[in-house]
Amino acid sequence: MIEFQGVTKLYDGAPAVRNLDLVAPTGKLTVLVGPSGCGKTTSLRMVNRLVTPSSGTITLDGEPTDRMNVAQLRRRIGYVIQHAGLFPHRTVAQNVATTARLAGIDRKTARRKSLDLLEQVGLSASLAERYPWQLSGGQQQRVGVARALASDPKFMLMDEPFSAVDPIVRGQLQDEFLRLQREIGKTIIMVTHDIDEALKLGDQVAVMREGGELAQVATPRELLVRPADGFVADFVGRDRGYRHLGFAPIDNGLKLASEPVVQLGASPAEAAEAAIDGWVLVCDAAHRPLGWTDIARLRGPVREDDLNLSSTLAPMDGSMRELLDAALSSPSGRGVVTNTDGTLRGTIALGDLGGILAPLHRTGAERHS
Amino acid sequence: MILFEWLLDPANWSGPYGAPTLIWQHVVYTLAALLLASAIAVPIGLYVGHTRRGEFVIAGAANVLRALPSLGLIVLLVILFAPVFASDLAFIVPSLVVLILLAVPPIMTGTYSGVANANRAAVDAARGMGFTPLQVLLRVEIPCALPLIFSGLRGATLQVISTATIAAYVSLGGLGRLIIDGRAQNDYSQMAAGAILVALLALVVDLLIEFVAFATVSRGLTRRGTNRFSTVRRLLKPNRS
Ligand SMILES: Nc1ncnc2c1ncn2[C@@H]1O[C@H](COP(=O)(O)OP(=O)(O)OP(=O)(O)O)[C@@H](O)[C@H]1O
Ligand SMILES: [Mg+2]
Repeated sequence: MIEFQGVTKLYDGAPAVRNLDLVAPTGKLTVLVGPSGCGKTTSLRMVNRLVTPSSGTITLDGEPTDRMNVAQLRRRIGYVIQHAGLFPHRTVAQNVATTARLAGIDRKTARRKSLDLLEQVGLSASLAERYPWQLSGGQQQRVGVARALASDPKFMLMDEPFSAVDPIVRGQLQDEFLRLQREIGKTIIMVTHDIDEALKLGDQVAVMREGGELAQVATPRELLVRPADGFVADFVGRDRGYRHLGFAPIDNGLKLASEPVVQLGASPAEAAEAAIDGWVLVCDAAHRPLGWTDIARLRGPVREDDLNLSSTLAPMDGSMRELLDAALSSPSGRGVVTNTDGTLRGTIALGDLGGILAPLHRTGAERHS
Repeated sequence: MILFEWLLDPANWSGPYGAPTLIWQHVVYTLAALLLASAIAVPIGLYVGHTRRGEFVIAGAANVLRALPSLGLIVLLVILFAPVFASDLAFIVPSLVVLILLAVPPIMTGTYSGVANANRAAVDAARGMGFTPLQVLLRVEIPCALPLIFSGLRGATLQVISTATIAAYVSLGGLGRLIIDGRAQNDYSQMAAGAILVALLALVVDLLIEFVAFATVSRGLTRRGTNRFSTVRRLLKPNRS
């Protein structure tokens, strides 16, 4: 547990962080989010005393940090900085091993550990002997995360760890990190100014406003359903009604229609027979959906060119948001739902979704009042 | 070939005024000056670069010492020191002092800017993961500063080797003897020999430093494959153009 108690930081009399009270619970990921300059980085760096608070106390598992030896304190906390901050003169493997070596682990073990960690953050072992300048920004950030993990610290501070990459890579890094965190369960404070990242990753999200004040601390879902004030509501964004569906799982008892399917190479007659309202779903031999085909446009056996690829698929272990999106994006108006192994489970018509979403809306409204 | 006459005469390659002795003396003065200068300049450069305290010292010292009239200062110091030291020291010490003063600014500036410009994010990360200040200096800042430290050292070496020549004016040995004695005897061949040997010595020492830098600076910093150390690479792999 990391706890801020009435922590303030003044720069030349102006508060960068004002009277912050916040608890980052053990084993959970707490996200600090807010507009640029609102004091997120300052808050983070006060934990490992790279910045000294003007007043207030920060404790680690109940122990005030200002009484600890500063190097010892920092070695207990993994720290990932914004642009990775890798040592340019050391190889990737040496970079990762650094914190393990500091923790007193012998060279051989540290090296083995660093290779394991590289794999865990999704980097190939062939990168181990490269130098940082030979890596892409996203690869450097992963190495930065691996380096912070190598001493197996109980606590982690991460400052915009996935910022220097394009949205697609960022999504991948976030997914990988969530999977990793489920395994390792560290006590993490992560800083971001991207509300989507905060909602996706955080067990708990702390929204800060300009002047270093805490606006609200809540679970992502609660933030969407019950923003504390206009600032939080604005910051969370306009489509929060839609986004909070992202936290509602698909009900296992969801009633799906069975969808007749054809495979590639099916004749126009076969396709027409299977089609409902002019659209037929095409699957591969393993029964995995490939795309919809408009039978009115079919001029011969079904080819890959005939597939309409616009629709998204909702996995059964996904969210209601994915389900709604599958229906909205489907040219046939029927959302495709898959089993976790990717095979077709069934479809649901857009019109039938209203009835499924209504109860969700009601629970949201009740919690509001 | 008047230019090479002196060099080609075997008589000039032995004895107390032979080329080997003079080269040896030149090398010893140069090394002594560089070592003493480094002992002064490197710690100051490291301290100021690491703490960012006293940066004005670096700029100030560099400016003052660069404007130094070397020969004048040597003569002045000899006059001042003559009563203090008996024997040769009266000449050696002033010359060394001047050579050291010349070598300090480039080494100090190189060290300082190397440390001050070490990757800030890397230094921040090192502090954040619990390196002590000394560990930050030894494991991150100095390794990152090495390229600039070496370039400062090369600058200083060239300065010292060429200035050690004029030190012969105050009867310090070394290759400057050939130039001064040659001038006095109107022996142009001897003067040319002095000039050629000084140039050769500078070139050899410069290559030597480049080679040491090549061996000690991390490939992660040199990004080998670009143009740095191209000379060494060409020497090592002569078949590559
Ligand atoms: N060393 C410093 N000296 C003076 N003011 C500072 C210093 N560091 C930060 N500040 C100020 O404190 C405020 C908070 O800065 P901080 O870096 O914590 O913001 P942030 O929320 O991390 O912003 P960003 O999202 O842009 O990284 C800013 O107004 C900044 O100008
Ligand atoms: Mg910041």
